[in-house]
Amino acid sequence: MSEAREPAAISPAPVLVLAVGNPSRGDDALGPELAARLEAAALPGVEVITEFQLQVENALDLVGRERVIFVDAATGTPAPYELRRVEAAAEFLHTSHALSPEAVLATYRRVTGGEPPEAWLLCVRGESFELGEGLSSMAEVHAEAAWLELRRWLASNAAAV
Amino acid sequence: MSMLPLETATHSEQLRRVVIEPLSRVEGHGKVTLLMDEDDHVQQARLHIVEFRAFEKFIQGRPYWEVPVMVQRLCGICPVSHHLAACKALDQVVGATQLTPTAEKIRRLMHYGQILQSHALHFFHLSSPDLLFGFDSDVARRNIVGVAAAYPDVARQGVLLRKYGQEVIRHTAGKRIHGTGSVPGGVNKSLTAAERDELQKDIYQMIAWSRDAVRLVKKLFEQDLETYRSFGTFEARTLSLVRADGAMDLYHGGLRAQHADGSTIFDHLDYGHYWEQISEEVKAWSYMKFPYLRALGHEDGWYRVGPLSRVTRCDFIPTPLADRERREFMAFDDGRAARSTLGFHWARMIEMLHSAEAIKDLLHDADLLGSDLMASGPRQARGVGVIEAPRGTLIHHYRVDENDQVARANLIVSTTHNNHAMNVAIREVAKKYLDGRKITEGLLNHIEVAVRAFDPCLSCATHAIGKMPLEVQLVDAEGTVVHSLVRGSK
Repeated sequence: MSEAREPAAISPAPVLVLAVGNPSRGDDALGPELAARLEAAALPGVEVITEFQLQVENALDLVGRERVIFVDAATGTPAPYELRRVEAAAEFLHTSHALSPEAVLATYRRVTGGEPPEAWLLCVRGESFELGEGLSSMAEVHAEAAWLELRRWLASNAAAV
Repeated sequence: MSMLPLETATHSEQLRRVVIEPLSRVEGHGKVTLLMDEDDHVQQARLHIVEFRAFEKFIQGRPYWEVPVMVQRLCGICPVSHHLAACKALDQVVGATQLTPTAEKIRRLMHYGQILQSHALHFFHLSSPDLLFGFDSDVARRNIVGVAAAYPDVARQGVLLRKYGQEVIRHTAGKRIHGTGSVPGGVNKSLTAAERDELQKDIYQMIAWSRDAVRLVKKLFEQDLETYRSFGTFEARTLSLVRADGAMDLYHGGLRAQHADGSTIFDHLDYGHYWEQISEEVKAWSYMKFPYLRALGHEDGWYRVGPLSRVTRCDFIPTPLADRERREFMAFDDGRAARSTLGFHWARMIEMLHSAEAIKDLLHDADLLGSDLMASGPRQARGVGVIEAPRGTLIHHYRVDENDQVARANLIVSTTHNNHAMNVAIREVAKKYLDGRKITEGLLNHIEVAVRAFDPCLSCATHAIGKMPLEVQLVDAEGTVVHSLVRGSK
């Protein structure tokens, strides 16, 4: 990468929605499902990126943003969803296959030398993650609740930037 | 005491069990079990990986042209490898025995971008904390943030190398994820001059950083030669693709299998009939199959794939900087580095350098901008595609019926090829570092270091929050958990 292009050359949208999930793995599709709705809404000042899994280079997607919200399916979190702030934190991994939002923020810090943007995580409760399945009935219900919460968050945070 | 082979202990019911495992089976997972006797001697060591077996059901009945896109959902970390292996198999189904020059070069560019980004991620992000700080150093420091504090350039370069590889993929596959660039019979787009120019800008920096990474691994070997020489090391037969002239070729070639001493088992084998040479054994204690070379039988025919096999068993690497580094690697420590399990890291960085050089050469080839994208020929019912994915040889095999639907699919992925070799590696580590000692986090990490050297695919295609932890449990003879550690994301 050229040094001049590490911060994006073109000013990025101030709010980033980073949705994560595999649309072929049951409720793991919750993130992409909400991202697709949001892309269709085409909100000004909001960019939507969808990924299978978070990885180190996603830290570069945060450069120049005011706020980011990660949207992901989750297990072991309250239903229908949990919305919370996330801070940069290191993690010790057994695999190269995926990062947590906290680790992406920590990567941002070490690559840019600066503090990452304000970050939130919308965990939508999933129940079943088998290959080839669609969203479970319960996940459909959770998705509707999470969609309203995501719109509320964007209404207050996208307007505030 | 007798320690080998450590695959199966006698009187296992009397032994203490140490389990290293993630909690969920959803993403496909790994588990290590160690059986220890009352005196802390290791009596059995096994690595279990839950192989992803639902694929055939997922894909049967689908139109064949959907397959190259669908298979990318098998793995979130190397979707391009599955994309290209599927296309190579389906090229045969559509009768495209010879791709157009533009199509083959676009695919190669995509593939080298994948190798570059995958190897960068593995070394800089996953393995460098162990290698730079030591396997049993303070766990609070042994992470990538610790690396960033002590070696800021290493951490930063890893991210930017990975990002560059992703950009190559985006331009050749058409999208950041779920790319559609390769199709049965060719590709659906070539590069524009603007895309080529953008990638050309940074490629020399990528080559320089890749070369620095090779030198960094060499320095690590020099600093602790005895550990690097012997850690988890064992003699292994190898399997890899090579070009017709014996050169390393990660995209296409014939299969070469060699004994540990480098003598030939078979060479330049047409992989279209791989099953005549490779079979798979099922063991009661593992979900994953154990491939073996038929000529040697299931007990002796196991082999190792991946960067270490490819770099050490090709006759040369067809890019100058990587080949110079290969020769240095082969000669280092009288050839011992090239036989060591930690040599995987050195070989992986040599391949990253080769990939960067290959990308540079392709970006200066006018065929990349060509418009002749597709080939075809007489329709076939069956196709086999083999590619050297970042972790090793990847086989896709399809049978397509008269309605253009997939009637049968078979995949042998790199981690499956390495199943037996990884088990041997952890037994070597258990024998040398854990036997007769009280288990600590640092000692258990030695097992994980050996597994990580192979970079196995433990986590295919989903990762939901809360589904990634790796749990390490020490359980006594009564089944009571006496110690527990948890790794992984929140």
